[in-house]
Amino acid sequence: MSFIPAPISRFFHRTASPPHFYALANRFIPWLTVLFLLLLIPGLYGGLIMAPTDYQQGDSYRIIYIHVPAAWMSLFIYVLMAVMGGIALIWRMKLAEVMLISSAPIGAGFTFIALVTGSLWGKPMWGTWWVWDARLTSELILLFLYLGVISLHGAIEDKRNAARAVSILALVGVVNIPIIHYSVEWWNTLHQGPTVSKMDKPSIHISMLIPLLLMAVAFKVYYAIALLQAAKLELLKRESSAQWVKNLLEKTV
Amino acid sequence: MTLGSFLDMGGYAFYVWTSYGITTAVLLFNLLAPIVQRKQLLRQLALKQKRPQR
Amino acid sequence: MSLTQAFWAIIRRDLLLAFRRRAEMANPLLFFVMVVTLFPLAVGAQPNLLQTMAPGVIWVSALLAALLSLDGLFRSDFEDGSLEQLLLSPHSLSILVLGKIVAHWLVTGLPLLLIAPLLALFLGLPERAMPTLWLTLILATPVLSLIGAIGVALTVGLRRGGMILSLLVLPLYIPVLIFASNAVDRAASGLPVTAQINILLSMFLLSLVLTPLPTAAALKMSVN
Repeated sequence: MSFIPAPISRFFHRTASPPHFYALANRFIPWLTVLFLLLLIPGLYGGLIMAPTDYQQGDSYRIIYIHVPAAWMSLFIYVLMAVMGGIALIWRMKLAEVMLISSAPIGAGFTFIALVTGSLWGKPMWGTWWVWDARLTSELILLFLYLGVISLHGAIEDKRNAARAVSILALVGVVNIPIIHYSVEWWNTLHQGPTVSKMDKPSIHISMLIPLLLMAVAFKVYYAIALLQAAKLELLKRESSAQWVKNLLEKTV
Repeated sequence: MTLGSFLDMGGYAFYVWTSYGITTAVLLFNLLAPIVQRKQLLRQLALKQKRPQR
Repeated sequence: MSLTQAFWAIIRRDLLLAFRRRAEMANPLLFFVMVVTLFPLAVGAQPNLLQTMAPGVIWVSALLAALLSLDGLFRSDFEDGSLEQLLLSPHSLSILVLGKIVAHWLVTGLPLLLIAPLLALFLGLPERAMPTLWLTLILATPVLSLIGAIGVALTVGLRRGGMILSLLVLPLYIPVLIFASNAVDRAASGLPVTAQINILLSMFLLSLVLTPLPTAAALKMSVN
């Protein structure tokens, strides 16, 4: 780690020590919650009320304000998991392991949301709940990848080992995601089913775009809050016999 | 715009509100489940600590 | 012993062990034939329908057969402790692991090639698609073994690893399935398949280079 300047390295090690991180998370969560609401409320107001009705899709297009940000998050979180997996494997950083495994259910949740809202949007637009559209299909496969990570972590009893296994799996998965994505896209152009042109280029107006971006950032902040909550739990589980947890218990009880 | 027409979503009420409802449910679950579990864990650990050491 | 010698020694040892248990070798093969047999029974025996489904059916069955045979890759070595010996060896673990995968493919992947014409016959796949079917099997079943090895290495320490193994590995098999079955499909209707074969070839080379390292890392995790 010699190529990282000493002060930065020291900063990381201090922040990454479990008690310090736990306290830091507690301090950040209220601010993040305020920020989340500041983004969510105008985002929802702009998306559901201000934005004009789409001339082709009517009001059903308003699902876009959760569908698209959720789809973005599903990919973003998986990539982030792989990055943390790499950090966990190279530097044996406990906190990266905790962040990796705490992210998995949140990412799976976003993937699930993207699938269900896509299906609910598809029903009025395409006439069926499910089409083997390229994006829906790759999203489904992404959900399988998330579930693989979660179940592998659950199956290995030793949590240090489980974290290493999951890190390897996340890295392997992230290399495969573009391959899977492009092969599904290619496969889809061969078996072009019902037309998807309606959803291909929603001629997006600025009054529709702003709420979309607000919602996208709001989802990112939500991820940060949920991740910190999950990481706090995971840290307590792992370090339940450590001194800092005992101090914490004495303070609260 | 009246409240009724807002809730009706141009006839797409079922699709739009189900989407938003499911999203809220999943996001809330992922946020609250760790909080509830952490509270339980802390209670257990506190009990264990109070018990005299054998 | 040099690295190359160790590599060949591992292949020789695994092949020898496999030949001592010949009966087990036939299992994935039998499974492959039986899954293909189930399809006409389930969807009906209309020749047209079977012919259009043939590439997909053969490839899905090959995938399942490969998945089923994966468990044997490290299981017995894990149980009798020879995997630990392998980890202690001074040679690069990735290369030794690659030797094990090659041996495993020779025992489980290669026989699929021999039985494939029979299945093509069952499903009425046109004869002109046979060379392509063989080519896709030669190129793509090693990819299945290589990618699968990562999954096995991750789950070999678990008592009930089989179910999780399929959950981990099947999503990663999807690109192989798409390109291989599409190549056979096109060949059956007399279209050129160069693009698909090139992609499968690059997948093979990529997985040959990229998979032994994570497999070795996962084995180290599982054994300790």
